[in-house]
Amino acid sequence: MALDPILLSRLQFAFVVSFHAIFPVFTIGLASYIAVLQGLYVSTGNRVWDRLGLFWTKVFAVVFGMGVVSGIVMAFQFGTNWSNFSQMAANFIGPMLSYEVVTAFFLEAGFLGVLLFGRHRVSPAVHFFAALMVAVGTFISAFWILATNSWMQTPDGYEIREGVIHVTSWVDAIFNASFPYRFTHMALAAFLTGGFVVTGVSAWFLLRGRDIDAHKRALSMTLWLLLFLAPLQAFVGDEHGLNTLEHQPMKIAAMEGNWETESNVPLLLFALPDRDLQANRVEIGIPNGASLILRHDPDGVVPGLDQIDRAQQPPVWITFYSFRVMVALGLLMIAFAVAGLVLRKGGRVYRSRWFLRGLQGMSLAPFVAVVAGWFVTETGRSPWLIYGVLDYADAITPSLSGGMVLFTLLGYIAVYAVIFIAGVYYLCKVINQGLDEHDDTEDLDSHDRPARPMSAAHVPFDDARDDRAPNRS
Amino acid sequence: MEMFDLSLIWAVIIAFGVIMYVLMDGFDLGLGILFPFAPDEDARDVMMNSVAPVWDGNETWLVLGGAGLIGAFPLVYSILLPAMYIGIFLMLAGLIFRGVAFEFRFKSGRTRNWWNAAFAGGSFVAAFAQGAVVGAYIEGFETADRVFTGGALDWLTPFSVITGLGLVAGYALLGATWLVLKSEGHVRDWARALVPKLLVGVVVVFAVVSLWTPWIDPGVWERWFDHMQVIWLLPALALACVIGIYAANRKGRELMAFLFTLGMFVFTYLGLLVSRWPYVIPPDYTLWDAASAPESQFFLLIGVLFVVPIILTYTAWSYWVFRGKVRVGDGYH
Repeated sequence: MALDPILLSRLQFAFVVSFHAIFPVFTIGLASYIAVLQGLYVSTGNRVWDRLGLFWTKVFAVVFGMGVVSGIVMAFQFGTNWSNFSQMAANFIGPMLSYEVVTAFFLEAGFLGVLLFGRHRVSPAVHFFAALMVAVGTFISAFWILATNSWMQTPDGYEIREGVIHVTSWVDAIFNASFPYRFTHMALAAFLTGGFVVTGVSAWFLLRGRDIDAHKRALSMTLWLLLFLAPLQAFVGDEHGLNTLEHQPMKIAAMEGNWETESNVPLLLFALPDRDLQANRVEIGIPNGASLILRHDPDGVVPGLDQIDRAQQPPVWITFYSFRVMVALGLLMIAFAVAGLVLRKGGRVYRSRWFLRGLQGMSLAPFVAVVAGWFVTETGRSPWLIYGVLDYADAITPSLSGGMVLFTLLGYIAVYAVIFIAGVYYLCKVINQGLDEHDDTEDLDSHDRPARPMSAAHVPFDDARDDRAPNRS
Repeated sequence: MEMFDLSLIWAVIIAFGVIMYVLMDGFDLGLGILFPFAPDEDARDVMMNSVAPVWDGNETWLVLGGAGLIGAFPLVYSILLPAMYIGIFLMLAGLIFRGVAFEFRFKSGRTRNWWNAAFAGGSFVAAFAQGAVVGAYIEGFETADRVFTGGALDWLTPFSVITGLGLVAGYALLGATWLVLKSEGHVRDWARALVPKLLVGVVVVFAVVSLWTPWIDPGVWERWFDHMQVIWLLPALALACVIGIYAANRKGRELMAFLFTLGMFVFTYLGLLVSRWPYVIPPDYTLWDAASAPESQFFLLIGVLFVVPIILTYTAWSYWVFRGKVRVGDGYH
């Protein structure tokens, strides 16, 4: 089979955006947590909040830096691989993506510097304010990106003249039908990601008996938050699903593995979807489950993939199983949040080794869930790039050959592998250093600049260099 | 909205963003290009420390330019990027590698040589790719019906290789005059001795490109040889800057040598713009052909006009705070 530039471009976009997305989804949640910590410090005056704030700010700096670096690639993907889409939709997506950049720069130029380096130069209240503004800024950035994506799923507020999208109402286009659901779902996902990383890292410290008091506080407050947010996310996700049922029924059909439009559709737990057969080979499900969830009625009719041409059907396998991975991890998160509540009695929550070890592992769960969730929504809208308006085949850069895309795909994999391995390795070092009493930002020097977030973490990358004479300097 | 020619305003904004990027990222890319030739590891510390406070902010302009392009001139974005597909990838990979190397070199010990190599290699590749974009742009793109129709390596021509190497030499020169300004002792002596050599390289490329460019397209020929004699001022000023660099460097007037280098870039850049104005995708599309809808340009203009002054102020402040010489052992952990 010849290399297909469309398939390879989709793979490339999926790869770069997945690797990029895991950084912001974490920093958005973490920024809010840091703001809470600094706020607690201002209101209580207790130094422990400030120490925790400093520790998590260092982690934030490294992850934020990795997000910025990996994000540069995203700004060019639409032009290099999807130039017909860029040209058709630029009147809307151009300003949206640019506003995201503008927001990010405004944030970097102003408050990020104060948050990372201003701990000893401004009052705690001003520092808290900077943390708050950084948290707000990350949400504004997410706002533009999710508005753009949602518009591509449920386009509104536009007309097409001579093959080009023209915006007729910015409000309708930005606040399109799926946007409120997607934004809320993603915001909660960011909080859950930040929350589970914080509990996971706190558990790691508690298991090692380091800075028990501080990490107990962090664990306790975050578990309360998760107890509230994890079930809320299930509810919001359900609402998001109902919204999708209304606007993108074929995505729902693929998520449920439902080939025929009918009533009394079961909720499948396991299935082997088969496109050629236009049915599932094997199914294990709860009778009437899908009808109940989607129509609140066991006799409710659920749309099936039979409504569209075989060629237009989403890749059911990926949509179906990504959805199950996301939901399963969501349920596991709820289980851990509830277990945390139960174990509070007698303080076992801070001592139970299986629970703390479990939390450690759970710190990866939200990342997998988020990527799986994006797989659901992005593969489920297949073959549409702009739903019902522009499909992949018409959106791709016409001059692309499969070989070109394969070359850059392998190239990006190599580049991201270096960033990711170096970044995660360094992040582990930063975390391992823990809450030190000494704050490096007290002795700022010339290469510590707000523009370089990673310089906020003063942890050596590897052992001291041995290629220099020790008596130098 | 009809009162203003929004496309023209945007053309000025993006042209400004591009030259800001070239001038500011130029000298730190130049340091990366000179990195392998540095006399010792102390010199490399000084080189990195001299740009450490500002280089990341410098790249701000690239991202702003890219984002502004899709907002204001989507046709440029959707023809230039496919036409430069491989080149853009190399540039991004180069920039990313050097960015990561920048962060980790400061924190590394045993792995330092790896980060040095990544910093130098990334800088060279990024600079070459940017220079090749300039060459490919002057030569024009094969299009039909607002879509790029050429091949993957059309951009890689003898001309674009020369402009690529020319930009490498130019950035290295910017880096060298910057380093003279920011260092002292043996580091400065080394950089100062480099300036005349790099200058020769730059002048050779400058001459080749200047002689070659008019032959690429009859439109460019007419522009230079028919009516507009006044534009000859631009290459003349660029040459004057070249002489200025040489003289100032010899007399040890460090700031002047650096400013003349900036001037040389600005006048050369304006000369290139004049050659093709108002075509943004030569030879077929003008900036008005390439523009997005006025309501989109206007919507975006509000945000950009708000944020650009803030970035400029902030940038100026950064340079002010970190003015002066960097010494060996300064800012070193």
